[in-house]
Amino acid sequence: MKHQAAVLGVGQTRHRSRRADVSIAGLCREAVDRALADAGVGLADIDAVVVGKAPDLFEGVMMPELYLADALGAVGKPLLRVHTAGSVGGATGIAAASLVEAGRHQRVLAVAFEKQSESNAMWALSIAPPFSMPVLAGAGGYFAPHIRAYIRRSGAPAHIGALVAVKDRRNGALNPYAHLQQGDITLDSVRSSPMLWDPVRYDETCPSSDGACAVVIGDVAAARASRGPVAWIRATAMRTEPTMFSGKDHVNPRAGADCAAALWREAGITRPADEIDVAEIYVPFSWFEPMWLENLGFAEPGQGWRLTEAGETQIGGRLPVNPSGGVLSSNPIGASGLLRFAEAALQVMGKAGAHQVDGARTALGHAYGGGSQYFSMWVVASTPTGS
Amino acid sequence: MNQPLRAPLEIGFDYTRSLGPTLGQFMTALAGRRVLGSRGADGRVHAPPFEYDPLTSAPPAELVQVGPAGTVTTWSWVARPLAGQPLAHPFAWALIRLDGADTAMLHAVDAGSAAAMRTGMRVRVRWAEHTVGHIRDIACFEPGDAPPGAAGGPTAAAEPVTMITTPVRLAYEHTASPAETTYLHGLANGRLLGQRCLVCRKVYLPPRGACPTCGVPTTEEVALPGTGIVTTFCVVNVPFTGQQVPTPYVAAAVLIDGADIPFQHLILGCEPGEVRMGMRVTAVWRPPEQWGTTSENISHFRPTGEPDAPYERYAHHL
Amino acid sequence: MTDVAVIGFAQSPCVRRSDSTTSGVEMLVPIFQHVLASTGLAKEDIGFWCSGSSDYLAGRAFSFVQAVDAIGAFPPVMESHVEMDGAWALYEAWLKVLTGEAQIALAYGFGKSSAGDLRRVLALQLDPYLHAPLWPDSVSIAALQARLGIEAGIWSEKEMAEVAARSRAAALTNPQAQVSGAVTVADLLTAPYVAEPLRAHDCAPVGDGAAVAILAAGDLARELCPRPAWITGFEHRIDSASLGARDLATAPSATAAGRAAGAAGVEVAELHAPFTHQEILLRDALGLEESVRLNPSGGALCGNPMFAAGLARIGMAAGEIISGRASRVLGHATSGPALQQNLICVMEARP
Repeated sequence: MKHQAAVLGVGQTRHRSRRADVSIAGLCREAVDRALADAGVGLADIDAVVVGKAPDLFEGVMMPELYLADALGAVGKPLLRVHTAGSVGGATGIAAASLVEAGRHQRVLAVAFEKQSESNAMWALSIAPPFSMPVLAGAGGYFAPHIRAYIRRSGAPAHIGALVAVKDRRNGALNPYAHLQQGDITLDSVRSSPMLWDPVRYDETCPSSDGACAVVIGDVAAARASRGPVAWIRATAMRTEPTMFSGKDHVNPRAGADCAAALWREAGITRPADEIDVAEIYVPFSWFEPMWLENLGFAEPGQGWRLTEAGETQIGGRLPVNPSGGVLSSNPIGASGLLRFAEAALQVMGKAGAHQVDGARTALGHAYGGGSQYFSMWVVASTPTGS
Repeated sequence: MNQPLRAPLEIGFDYTRSLGPTLGQFMTALAGRRVLGSRGADGRVHAPPFEYDPLTSAPPAELVQVGPAGTVTTWSWVARPLAGQPLAHPFAWALIRLDGADTAMLHAVDAGSAAAMRTGMRVRVRWAEHTVGHIRDIACFEPGDAPPGAAGGPTAAAEPVTMITTPVRLAYEHTASPAETTYLHGLANGRLLGQRCLVCRKVYLPPRGACPTCGVPTTEEVALPGTGIVTTFCVVNVPFTGQQVPTPYVAAAVLIDGADIPFQHLILGCEPGEVRMGMRVTAVWRPPEQWGTTSENISHFRPTGEPDAPYERYAHHL
Repeated sequence: MTDVAVIGFAQSPCVRRSDSTTSGVEMLVPIFQHVLASTGLAKEDIGFWCSGSSDYLAGRAFSFVQAVDAIGAFPPVMESHVEMDGAWALYEAWLKVLTGEAQIALAYGFGKSSAGDLRRVLALQLDPYLHAPLWPDSVSIAALQARLGIEAGIWSEKEMAEVAARSRAAALTNPQAQVSGAVTVADLLTAPYVAEPLRAHDCAPVGDGAAVAILAAGDLARELCPRPAWITGFEHRIDSASLGARDLATAPSATAAGRAAGAAGVEVAELHAPFTHQEILLRDALGLEESVRLNPSGGALCGNPMFAAGLARIGMAAGEIISGRASRVLGHATSGPALQQNLICVMEARP
């Protein structure tokens, strides 16, 4: 039996390329303390902690949650560490939700972080194992060919990616926590930025950030006891498929489509484009907005770019996507998925500040990772299931 | 079956760690040859200091000076030191409760022999020749009490230490899977050997330990030609640490004729701007005397000049 | 609350140096086939998959990603991964059965310790500012703990050797064990120290392996397994990371997890003790009586594939129930330096 769970509080760091003012523990605590304050609880009220982050090689610490036990107030409590590649932030939120949904705990703290400035993600992601061809070039080198395939398949005009970049960066300027603050970015400036992994330009690429996100998830009693608004978790879903296999659709992966279908089913949503008020979607390269709009069922295959082109994904559009600025504005990799989940919660709690979508009642949080193979998603709403 | 191929894999990076307020003060003090502890909510002094109290998770209220001598609370003997450890000759690891502290610090004791070690013995800090604000400013501990007047080094405020660098160097042995080993031996003989999954009939190049959709080992060997098509690609313009190919270069997904999955390779022999989806390409092998059991035997792929494959031919491989 | 049971378990042989890749596929494919065959299940029947492994053990980022090849994960599967021992993957799998999102769930763990220098790799589990830069190896850390207990009179080198001798004798009947044999305590005590006060027999062998266990809910469990190992308590806790502030002769996290899980009254305990003194410490921490049969498999001292050995303890304990040899058991897993984190799974037979 699944118990109802809700997001009671959300916190995040001020994401920067280099948070030289804090240790790893300090970075996490900045997010944790804000989430606890937002939920109106203390660490002593937390029953269990779930930590998520991407590869340990990024910080050079093996299973850093062990060392972080004291900083996260986890001593004497259950502590889980999740790692599902780039989707890990989402998986962290879902694991924390499961602890409540399974009836195990009343309040669970989910923390996800990455302190990328401790090393260099391009290095860590491009270590060529022996015997192989050293053609790897980080995440951009991996995903750019699939973006080219999307453009070919959909016939999308070349400027769609730049439109997404302009929108997300301008949204990011409305979010005081966002790493990149580029309110004056323009289509021309994006289209004249350096071509990194042709067809992906510099301004269409996520930054490398230090940052953390924390979310307090509670059961019905904890939600009722909460003074502020909460975000009710209506549905969660995860799906995985292999990185490479014969017949894999890198543009519209089946794992993502299956995951979304399962999510909508559990949430009782039949027309996602009409029933979702705002979506926080994991878009590390601008072109993934139209790709995921299709994969998630917001648009027919090959048609996602039309929503973007028509401005429907802007704040005020029919389906605002990434009002927080998204991954294109802040990318502490391990936290990026939880940030999507947390921003979806903030929207339905009505606490998103300058990037609030008016009247947002139902929101999607989405994350993906690996070679477009790990997907995790949730739907949160301003009212509980069945209301 | 062939023994799997093995090769060394070295992982090395000099991590740059920002310290935050508590560790920053601690490291700054080390640079000044002083050791600080933190006072916990229960009044106990922790040395080294905690950033967050194990009992309350609060940051320390204050840092206090401890040591530089202390008492061994437990120890173990290292007969053969490992790379990176504080001493290159046999030494003891010990937990040392510094004078003025209630908890113990883990560090090395240069005692000469295990016979010279005992729990309860007095030891003192041996400072590194140059202190920079790093835990290794404490070179190790050595038997003995604090010399008189050794309660602290120069107290003049050193430049605050905010960062440390910690090199992490690890050596691994990489093992190729049996299927990859067969493939690599094929390459070493100038052949491209794929394998067919007997369940779904798909041909994998390179072959995999198991068919990723069927979960069964792929066993039927299939010899493949060096020709194929570029299904999709990107032009890499961005340089990065550890990069082995000069930019710009084309990283492409190449679908070999007869294979059911593309693999990643380089396209050279034309301008990057001339590479197209559907372009016919052929493998350019290095001279046979340079061949080894590596994917790099094929230096790159080059255009054949044949007409491009129609989109329909490779659309389901994107 | 939904009744959930362990209904199947399989483990690869524990070997010093496997021919497998660090992604574990070659170790996992045979044990997946074995555990599915033994329960009469197909991969399509598994509602949730969860794995435990470590990038640093493999020396590569995202080392677990390729392991899903062993599943044959297409059509896509509901799946997750913990950077922990597979025992915690089993815990996450248990949650998914409790919520009803899965009726049958499979957890696996794998580790190829032989790829690197394990005791050095594990130094990176220590705090990265004060300890890891000194590279204190995992065996030396355990030795600090061993001496504390010896000097406090809690255990002795002789008692530690007795644990080793009993474990190796028990492992004679465990075909997957890496180390086994009839040895005398007196002989063991003549061996030189590897990290005084630890001798080779006090330390788990370094080796490679994988383990898998299947959970099922309620009636389905009864249908699939004649004598399911019903989970009656599943708890885990963590202690402070500060080695010098902890009382290393105790494991409060194990005590708390054992108490919450209802460890009292078990007949068999499979304890994940990579060092002999840790078995004694855990026995005390869990309050296990003299009559409890400890590690009939030989335990981690006879085969300790990192990230699989904890799950293997639970699987081996469940096997005692499934086979009818016991009716109430516990499996334990540990993680982190000097038993920092501990998990207890209590299982029982039901009429």
